[in-house]
This record gives sequence, C-alpha cells and structure tokens, in this order.
Amino acid sequence: MTSVGSADFIRILPELVLSGFALLVMMLEPVTPAGKKTVLGWVSVVGVILAGLAAAAIAFFPGSAFSASISNDGYSVYLIELLLLIALLTLLGSMAYLERDAIDHGEYYALILMATAGGAFMVASTELIMVFIGLEISSISTYILAGYKRGELQSNESSVKYFLLGSFATAFFLYGIAFVYGLTGTTNLDVIRETLVNSPSSANPQLLWLAVILMFVGLAFKVSTAPFQIWTPDVYQGAPAPVTAYLSTAPKAAAFAVLVRLLIGSFGHVASAGPLIFWLLWISAVLTMCLGNLAALWQSNVKRLLAYSSIAHAGYILVGVTAGGAEGTSSVLFYLGGYALMNVGAFILVAHLAGADERRTDVEDFTGLAADRPGMAACLTVFMLSLAGFPSTVGFFAKFYVFRAAMHAHLTGLTVIALLNSVVSVYYYLRLVVAMYMGEGKTQVNEASIPRALGFAIAVSLIGIFFLGLFPSGLLSDLTSLHVPWL
Amino acid sequence: MIPLSHILLLSVILFTLGAAGFIIRRNVITVFMCIELMLNAVNLAFIAFSRRLPSLDGQLFVFFVIVVAAAEAAVGLAIIVALYRNRNSLAIDDVDSMKM
Amino acid sequence: MLQPYIPILIQFVIVAALGGIIIGASAFVGRKPRTREKLSPYECGSLPVGDSRGRFSISFYLVGMLFILFDVEAVFLYPWAVVYKELKWLGFIEMFVYILILLAGFLYVWKKGALDWTR
Repeated sequence: MTSVGSADFIRILPELVLSGFALLVMMLEPVTPAGKKTVLGWVSVVGVILAGLAAAAIAFFPGSAFSASISNDGYSVYLIELLLLIALLTLLGSMAYLERDAIDHGEYYALILMATAGGAFMVASTELIMVFIGLEISSISTYILAGYKRGELQSNESSVKYFLLGSFATAFFLYGIAFVYGLTGTTNLDVIRETLVNSPSSANPQLLWLAVILMFVGLAFKVSTAPFQIWTPDVYQGAPAPVTAYLSTAPKAAAFAVLVRLLIGSFGHVASAGPLIFWLLWISAVLTMCLGNLAALWQSNVKRLLAYSSIAHAGYILVGVTAGGAEGTSSVLFYLGGYALMNVGAFILVAHLAGADERRTDVEDFTGLAADRPGMAACLTVFMLSLAGFPSTVGFFAKFYVFRAAMHAHLTGLTVIALLNSVVSVYYYLRLVVAMYMGEGKTQVNEASIPRALGFAIAVSLIGIFFLGLFPSGLLSDLTSLHVPWL
Repeated sequence: MIPLSHILLLSVILFTLGAAGFIIRRNVITVFMCIELMLNAVNLAFIAFSRRLPSLDGQLFVFFVIVVAAAEAAVGLAIIVALYRNRNSLAIDDVDSMKM
Repeated sequence: MLQPYIPILIQFVIVAALGGIIIGASAFVGRKPRTREKLSPYECGSLPVGDSRGRFSISFYLVGMLFILFDVEAVFLYPWAVVYKELKWLGFIEMFVYILILLAGFLYVWKKGALDWTR
C-alpha cells in the first residue's frame, strides 16, 4: 500500500484552498445579513487570489500525488491559473449584477469556487476516477448557477437543459471509462497508455474504438462541439449573463484539457486508435466551425450570438487538438487563455449593458450605444474585434498559432476551412459594432456608470487582450516548453 | 459462473434503453430516470469487469458513481421543481421559451 | 449452451400454468356480486380519502432530497471501516475531516431553515 504524505497535500493546495473558502462562504452565508452579501463575494475573491498564489507555489513541487492520481506538471499549473483567472473575473463582474437583479446570495460565490475547484481537479488529474469526480463537482455547481434566477422561466429552462444534457453526456463518458477499464484493468491514464502501447494485441480494437468514441461523445457535449452543441445556445441565453461568462469558458477549458490529456496524451499513442481519433477530431472540428459560424449569422440576441460564437471557437480549438503534438497542444493552451479573456470580458460587459433583469439583450438594443456610452462601446468593440481575430488583439495570435500548428501537421484542408470560417465570422461580430456606432439611439441607455469591480475586471481582460496581442511569443514559448511527460 | 459477455450484453441493453428513452420520452422526470438507468448500466459494466479482472478499482468507481448520482438527483429534482413552479408543466416540449 | 436454462423454462411454464388455473378457476367457479362495497378500491382496511394524485407539500421533497444526500454520503464509511486498522491515524483524520464537511452541510441546511417543517 502506498503511503500518503504531506507532499501529496501540498500538490493539491490550490484545490484545498478553493474548497476551504467555498465551505467558509457557505458557513458565513446564513449569518450574513441580507444586503451585505457582497462581503462574501470579496471573501471569495480573496480565496481565489490565495489559490492562485498556491498554484504558483506548487509549480516548484512538480510530481504526482495520491498514488499517481494527481499530476502536478506545467500543464496543470497553467490551466489551474487560467481557471482561477476566469473565476476571479467572473466574481468581480457578478457582484454589482447580483445586487441589481436582487439575487445576491452567498451561495452564488460558493458555487463559483466549487465549480473552479472541480475544474482544477479535472485538469490536474491523471486518474479517470478523479477526472470524473472533478467533472461532476464542476458540472453540478454550474447546473445550479445556470438556474440561479429561480423566478425566471428562461433561467429555469436553461438549467433544466444544461442538467439533462450534461448528465446524459456524463453517462457516455462514464461508459467509455468502463470499457477502458475492462480493456486495461486500470483507470490511471499513464498505466492505460503503457498497457495499450506495450501490448497492443491484448486489446480488442473494436472495443477500444467503442471506448474512445463514447468518451469523445461525453467530452464533446461538455465542450459543445457539433453535433453535440444543441444545448449551448439555449443554456447560454437563459442563464444569467455573468454565469454564462463562466459557463462558456471555465468548464470548456477544463473539458478541453481532459480531451487533450486523453486523446493526445493517452490514446493518441496507441497505433490502432490513431486514425479513429484523427478523423473524429477532424470531422467534428469542421462541423463545429461551420455550424457555429453559419448559425451565428442569423442571431438577433447578443447572448445567443455569443453562444454560437463560442461554439465556433470550440471548433478552432479542435483544429489545434487535431494537429496534436507539442505545437498543437501549446496552441490549444494559448487559445484557451485568450478565448477566456475576451469571452468573459464580453459577457460581463453585456450583463451590465443589458440593464435590470437583462431586458435589453437584442442587437437592436445596442443601436447607438457609442453616442451615449462611448467608453463601454469601445470596450465591447475591442472584445468583438478580438473574438473576430483582428491583429494586435489576442484573438489574432490565438488563431494564428492554431492554424500554424495545423499547417505544420499537414492539415491544409482543415486550415483552409478554418480560415474561411474566420472570415465569415467577421460579419456577425462587426454587425454588433456597426449597430453601436452607426445606428440612431433608439432606446435610452440609463445604466449607471460602470461599477468599480466590474470596471477592474474589464480592464484586466482588456490589458490581457492587448498584451498577448502585441507580445504573444513569451507565453507561447513557455507553453511550448512545458515539461509534460505524455506528449 | 455467469460469463462476462452476458453481463455486458445486459449492460449494453440497459444503456441503450436509457439512451433511447432519453430521446423519446417527453416528460422531464422520465427523461431524468432514463439517465439514472444509463448510470446503472455503467455500474453494472464496472462491477462485471471488476469481477473478471484482478482489480477492485471498478467497485470503487461504482461507489463514487452512486454518490455522484445521488447528488445529481438532488440537484436535478430541485431544478425540476423550480421549473414546475414557473411553468406548471413537466412536458419537455413546453421547455421552449427560447426557440428562435 | 442453453442446457442450464431448461429448469428456468420449466419453472416459467409451471408458474404461468398455475396462475392461469387459479385465475381461470375463480372466474369460472366464483360468484360475482357487484355490490358497492365490492367495487370500492379497498374492500377492507382504511377508507380512501381524496384523489391519489393529490399534491404533497414541497417540504416532503426537500426532506427527501436531503435524506438521499446524507444517506448516500455515508456509503464511504463502509469501505473505510473495513480497512480502518491499516489506515492508522491518517485514515482517522481524513474521515474526521469528511464528517466535518458533512456536518458543515448539515449546519447550513439547518440554519437556512430547510428542516423547519412548519415554514
């Protein structure tokens, strides 16, 4: 029996800090008087910052923990920091929103912390049991968050759809794990890889394919790639906008991390599964990009438009996953970071501009915004241009690196399709920008000036967008030289 | 001793029934029960493999699946109750306020 | 291959036959008075009150959900108890922390008034 020591606990310090603060917030919530719940938001912010420091500290303790179920490598540290950044921006962007719509309960903050802890376990784990538990911690928390406006029908529906489709996907993922376990007798990703690579004859290829397909379907639901994206627009539209900011980035980043670890890290090394994985990813990347971008062209609701845009972005990320290898993986990690900055920023700003109870979320409601609120319109424009991939924003280099990785992997067809798609996508991003600047102001924008915490969060994402858009090579070379054993 | 293939076949049948029910059924609670059926098919597969292999991991996994399924059920039912309070219907086809 | 299942088949046949004979015989031999008492849902026992599809108070569901949660969490205690001696102090402390977290959940539920039946 392997023993558990203090080193094991140090290597999951960020998750421990997050869980501890989540519990603390839950305990403080009943004793905090109504109207003062924002304090709990600040407690959570402190928790996220401390967890971020812990994650930076554990980078100096690389290695595995708890009988090789947690792997503390550069890959997991980067993704944990990314999840924490998303959580921080979401928390800062939510506080004023929750007060405005009178849903400021402490549970909201606790759930964000728990979802982030679950995501952190997912990205750091090399044991499928841990992956599953992390996935469920994060999913169950986000099911509740999607339905956080209890009295509002759209929020209820968003939550029910997310819950039903999410659990359905989990069942597929689990069934895949069951077959992998049956084939290899283990649920540890490293042992699975060794077993399958060293004795390929022992594994029945049909059963292996079934297992890979089932796991892929499960994860495809979570990252909303076509044809498993049906739930995404409704869920993103119905959930409160700051929750959508979180939903569209953090669980997606965590699920992509697992997808890369599984398909590139473990099963990608198995000769008999290689072509299957390649074509699964290739077809799903093409479908996702085309479907997301074409559907986004017809949307009139901004949240729905951004939901389809997030589907399209999942498609671009899949291009990087298809490319595989060290270059593909680093481009995917870079993309996840840039995408998180611009998407969270866009959604929390839309949450503010939509006004009380999110009554103004149509593109038409943003007409003439630049005349009334030039600052906010400029910020939203930057987010849109970055999402469209204009140079000097992070969106450009995110796409550039992914496409370059795809070209180096000789995926010319896929790259051409991806390029055409990003050209099409410019239309719908610019439609919102044009509406803000060109149109006559129809509706009176009576939003108060931007709350300080929200302003800070937007400033952080803008700085990130421009910094990574102008000096991307530093982060990319760090990501390329991550010391990950399984690549 | 019952051969592994028989148990796996039963598990596949249960999983398929659950997946088919998820798509066909039109009541939210029934759809939810179909998901539980799928999870139990997974559990059955884990137990069967664990019995065949010299490994207890599968049984361990089932413990976690059971606990997580219970947590999911509690949250899911709460979500469904919230929907019912606002909508007064549990038909899936009524969950459509966001159709284009 | 199907040899071992023949006893089961025989049992099926016997069960079906016996059931058929009993139902058939009672339908054939028995008298059928259609009195009001005979047609009521329960011939004996308590009288039915109201519609069986009546609504329950939401508290039932709330308590039911909480019961499921706390009940199932206890499932981890069984494997823990089996290997308790091998785990030594670490196992004790870990389970203690686990129970503390459950207790925190319980306190939260209590403070929130979810256990208040009259609310």
